[in-house]
Amino acid sequence: MRGEGALLVEYADLECPYCARTNILLNDLPVRRIFRHFPVVSKHPRALLLAHAAEAAALQDRFWPMHDSLMEDQGRLEDPHLWQRCRALGLDLDRFEADRRTAAVAERVERDFRSGVRAGVMTTPTLFVDGRAYPGIPGEELLGRLRQRTAETRARPTGR
Amino acid sequence: MIAPGSPAPHFTLSDQDGNEVSLEDLRGKTTVLAFYPLDFSPMCTDQLNVYQEVLGDLEQQGAGLYGISVDSAFAHKAFRERLGITFPLLADFNPKGEVARRYGVYTEERGHSRRALVMIGPDLEVKWSHEAPSPLEIPGANLIFDALAAR
Repeated sequence: MRGEGALLVEYADLECPYCARTNILLNDLPVRRIFRHFPVVSKHPRALLLAHAAEAAALQDRFWPMHDSLMEDQGRLEDPHLWQRCRALGLDLDRFEADRRTAAVAERVERDFRSGVRAGVMTTPTLFVDGRAYPGIPGEELLGRLRQRTAETRARPTGR
Repeated sequence: MIAPGSPAPHFTLSDQDGNEVSLEDLRGKTTVLAFYPLDFSPMCTDQLNVYQEVLGDLEQQGAGLYGISVDSAFAHKAFRERLGITFPLLADFNPKGEVARRYGVYTEERGHSRRALVMIGPDLEVKWSHEAPSPLEIPGANLIFDALAAR
């Protein structure tokens, strides 16, 4: 979780270009974001591996920096690129390499994915605001609604 | 659309590799038929991709999955490769949309089927069916799991 403002739950795939576009739009908004992994491997072959990488970074308190790093440059997603990103973000590379292959990390991503399926997510990104699902890149209507909701919501403490 | 409790209408269709699949082949197992408008259209791509991701879970619950559209077997073959999906796609191609008509999900003015899910029981009776309220809405995989759980 990050940010302050209206609560937004986001199901996304780190290799999905629509999710990258959405990330840019959401970064401009004062919203409290909860990220859930929805890797669609048949569409994006590296999606699951990237989800695991982001969760391994989370174990070193670098989830959002890794998330942003991947979303901002989806053209370089091979392992050497990941290691480069780790170095740039100050991650312990050996620990990252071990963590991203653990069952705990895989289960975390799997749990997110299944929760998305249960909630009826069928495309990425899908955003949930006030219990309603908004599939696809958020349009002006939703963005305006989020700004309005944020104005109504008192700031809350942040955390992951 | 075909209602639960009805006998599943008969069909024999070719899959993407030219193998014939008949309703009779589905006897003894639970099968989900996913009717969708067209190969390669953006929404159908999302729909089948997510179904692919949950295919293991469906199989674990003893259910098979087939996609059906009015496209030809050759288009299905290319579409499967493009999407990386492994479940079979049936070609409701000639006469065009005949099976979709029998299941009550064909749209004459558009020339393809609507987006619908039909669950057929081991006794070849329709156990559950669902039609998307609009072509822009994709029936979530959660609906299939709910229907399986309610068996």
